[in-house]
Amino acid sequence: MNKTTALITAGTLGLTFSATLMAADDYITLASTTSTENSGLFDAIIPAFSEETGVDVRVVAVGTGQAFEIGRRGDADSLLVHDTAGEEQFVADGYATERLNVMYNDFVIVGPSDDPAGIHDSETVIDAMQRIAESESPFASRGDDSGTNRAELRLWEDAGVTPQGEWYRELGSGMGPTLNTAAGMDAYTFTDRATWVAFDNPQDLTLLFEGDEALFNQYGSLLLSAERHPHLKHDLAAQWHEWLVSDKGQQAIADFEVDGQQLFFPNAE
Amino acid sequence: MLTSDNAFSTALTLILSMDSALISIVMLSLQVSLMAVLIASLISLPLGAALALWRFPGRNVVIVALNALMGLPPVVAGLCVYLLLSRAGPLGEWGLLFTPTAMVIAQVILVLPIIAALTRQQVEALHSEYAEQLNSLGLTRLRMIPTLLWDARFGLLTVILAGFGRASAEVGAVMIVGGNIDGVTRVMTTSIVLETSKGNLPMALGLGIILLALVTMINAIAHMIGETAKRRLG
Repeated sequence: MNKTTALITAGTLGLTFSATLMAADDYITLASTTSTENSGLFDAIIPAFSEETGVDVRVVAVGTGQAFEIGRRGDADSLLVHDTAGEEQFVADGYATERLNVMYNDFVIVGPSDDPAGIHDSETVIDAMQRIAESESPFASRGDDSGTNRAELRLWEDAGVTPQGEWYRELGSGMGPTLNTAAGMDAYTFTDRATWVAFDNPQDLTLLFEGDEALFNQYGSLLLSAERHPHLKHDLAAQWHEWLVSDKGQQAIADFEVDGQQLFFPNAE
Repeated sequence: MLTSDNAFSTALTLILSMDSALISIVMLSLQVSLMAVLIASLISLPLGAALALWRFPGRNVVIVALNALMGLPPVVAGLCVYLLLSRAGPLGEWGLLFTPTAMVIAQVILVLPIIAALTRQQVEALHSEYAEQLNSLGLTRLRMIPTLLWDARFGLLTVILAGFGRASAEVGAVMIVGGNIDGVTRVMTTSIVLETSKGNLPMALGLGIILLALVTMINAIAHMIGETAKRRLG
């Protein structure tokens, strides 16, 4: 190993790094969910925001549970998640000063096309989930404390079912991996529509149940507390927070389509 | 749906189109992993050699610990670095979380034990072979370190490549400390995870093929350098 070469390499790499880091100082880090990132929503709306404000948004896509943890530790400037009860708790705990409705989409139940539990003609989602539990058809659950997982667990509770047993499989994975696994084991699963529509490996899975009001999936933006985390970029984060609910932001969300299908419906007040 | 055919054609299309996003991902992967291996080597080559030459109480404990750390799960290393660099953590002030620097730190932790442990083993073998000659030259142990490292250089090249393999292949650590941010901290392995989670398996496999090709190229270059040097020495 030639020392000079090593030093030159180290220098070059170091310079490249600092250049990368200094390139855009006007950015915020947004902790959000895999469903928004995987569907391509951010690629569609962030350029519009950046063009208007000169501020870039760097998205860290994780489950809602992990996004809250990132927010609590002060590692992101802003949060866009989908667990209204959890978000209100987050504000009540003093980590955020404001929570706003941004948009919604809905959850659906997908499963093997021969539908062994016969849920396609269920009246309600509760009914559909009871049929799955009664027939003990394989069901793949996220099991990762994400917003989708929390919504699924609330529905089991409403259905009076304790999901456990051979048929109920907790995967501890994101939505995409869960869909991959459900496709592999011919299981039912509970997913947000956006991830499902953008998903490319459905194999024998098909959409079996949709349209119940209980499947409503609300997304909210959180403005983090300047008092608790003074180092964060609150001014820039506030611009993003306000842009999301502005006419322009709401229009950008409404304009986003995959295969001609609108995936998120703006509903800021 | 998925055949290895369309994975290969996806890989080929990606390479031929010289997609700028792909190039930046490849460059970042190489930068992060090469930087991590460089830093880890600078620390662990002398460290491993010193461990081979000196006898001190607790030496065996250190050796066992280093050997065990070769199997440190990347996700655990990532979690430790995350807690360290998080704003709520001891080094939070530095604001390094979700940057390439954080990814380098995590990979250094993964690579360092591998290079140190294997260096220790190589140098120790060499030392026992040449102990008499080295002693007759009246070298102190400190002076023996560069001599022995130089003598073991061909073996150590493989050791460093093993470290590079670990760094370029891991995903658990860089995912946690980098955050897989598009255009900032997205590398080959985290892209593969992302494409898999989107169900875009041909793309995921295509990226995997490119990564494998890159790693093969680097190994081939290292091998050639080693062979040429050996021939020159006769």
